Amino acid sequence: MLNSVYRLVAPRRFEVSFQDIDLTKDQVVVRPTHLSICHADQRYYQGVRPAEVLAQKLPMALIHEGIGDVIYDPSGTFQAGDTVIMIPNTPVEEDEVIAENYLRSSKFRASGFDGFMQEHVALPYDRAVRLPEGIDKVIASFTELVSVSVHALLRFDRIAHKRRDAVGIWGDGNLGYITAILFKAMFPETKLYIFGVSLEKLSSFTFADATYPVMDIPKGLLVDHGIECVGGDASQKAINQIIDHIQPEGTMAILGVSEYPVPINTRMILEKGLRMFGSSRSGRADFEKTVALYQSNPEIISYLSNIVGAQIQVRNIKDMVHAFETDIQKSMGKTIMIWDK
Amino acid sequence: MVFGVILAGGIGSRMGNVEKPKQFLMIGEKPILIHTIEKFYMHDAFEKLIVLCPRQWMEHTKNLVKKYFKEKADHVKVLEGGTSRNETIMNSIDYIEKEYGLDDDTIIVTHDSVRPFLTYRIIEENIKYAREYGACDTVIPATDTIVDSQDGKVISSVPDRAKMYQGQTPQSFGARKLKELYHSLTEEEKKILTDAAKIFVIKGEKVHLVEGEVFNIKITYPYDMRVAESLIQEQKEKK
Repeated sequence: MLNSVYRLVAPRRFEVSFQDIDLTKDQVVVRPTHLSICHADQRYYQGVRPAEVLAQKLPMALIHEGIGDVIYDPSGTFQAGDTVIMIPNTPVEEDEVIAENYLRSSKFRASGFDGFMQEHVALPYDRAVRLPEGIDKVIASFTELVSVSVHALLRFDRIAHKRRDAVGIWGDGNLGYITAILFKAMFPETKLYIFGVSLEKLSSFTFADATYPVMDIPKGLLVDHGIECVGGDASQKAINQIIDHIQPEGTMAILGVSEYPVPINTRMILEKGLRMFGSSRSGRADFEKTVALYQSNPEIISYLSNIVGAQIQVRNIKDMVHAFETDIQKSMGKTIMIWDK
Repeated sequence: MVFGVILAGGIGSRMGNVEKPKQFLMIGEKPILIHTIEKFYMHDAFEKLIVLCPRQWMEHTKNLVKKYFKEKADHVKVLEGGTSRNETIMNSIDYIEKEYGLDDDTIIVTHDSVRPFLTYRIIEENIKYAREYGACDTVIPATDTIVDSQDGKVISSVPDRAKMYQGQTPQSFGARKLKELYHSLTEEEKKILTDAAKIFVIKGEKVHLVEGEVFNIKITYPYDMRVAESLIQEQKEKK
């Protein structure tokens, strides 16, 4: 079946092209309904990735956060009309030890191949997770981002030592907010401190035990473990601040993406005997865990609704551009495209 | 009940020296007609898909449907077309009436077989508006200025482009109403019909507009084949 695919062909320019979906293949065909714009999409859209990266990756359909309705599944795994969360990570091999999202052979939507800005998305069966009824679809559209936090926190639970009286999250943006919500749900006994730049943004972390502006952290304030959700140019400051305010043998989880190498205080990592681990992306198990958390802790959905920014109806390429441009203007929050292609 | 009615009656006279009618030509890896049927096939609203083609191409069409839809080929019924576009549509309605009966909820979504780039949304909105208003037509705003000439030599008038649209398909109708209106037309009225929406318009019935897509092109000339081929682009391999 001829499927329209909306690819970014150059910064700020989308074009339609068509791809034939083979209906005899073992795959489920999903019609996207809600797509959420991520920073990574913006880096392609605005053309701020290095020129050689753009030359190699474009044309490519953007978006790796989204949900849709099943319209065709010859296997019967799903019924037509089922709402599913689409998983962007697409492994091509299995490994007993290494998680699917770290296998170098795995492909990722809107990075290695076309993302979800399509009329229909054809997925292997295990790349779709059923969304239970009653969960707000706008919020569910950025489940991928939530699952990345869940994934990092599940690893944190395995890696960090068991003294968890106080944990700090650095970063008051979307990622910090989401990770903080999930942390509270998964580790309700631990005191959670948030470190950020904007007092306005910090004021929305009402569920945290304390919030601190990074330019004014009380002397002697220490956390057992630290989670970095900053990324970009500020990574260096954030990571070094965590090193300063972490107890010996603490664990630092790094979630923020930086385009360039970051110099950090390794001397103090050695002296304090710190552990540092990175997390990126997520796999099917993390999506399933996230959906289970939505159901067991409904307050998560309520908190997440606070970061829904603009919702933009998309019926044509002009609307797509409008959605991405609106997303650039916002200071915080997620821009959701109500996809009507 | 909703039926997909795919009009594959053309004999390709405008395509130049081709061996087959244009709906049977390949774009990508499949015949155009199959691409078009697939778009309807994916929509679960349809009770049956009816494909109407010239008599001499019926066996070929049936074979294609069998080849591409295999055990699900029963969902597609191949019928002989009529002497004109509207006679062809009437053939489909006669079939529906005989097999399923006609009532006010019988909707037909009629579509040119040589418009394989239609979208799920267009089909969905056709069904929706046909149910709500009784008839609808897929259109896009006119980009070229339309010029009216009564004698083919000089301009009679230049209508306001902002109010002009180009008709595409699908066109969708309540089947019973369409049949009644068609049979109430005089032979003169029938002669000036270029499509089925006009039957409603002549009779003073409302036809709702559905927003089409610029790329929902009708493959008519060899040039269109080139355009269609260039629209189908597999993604280049990335590292």
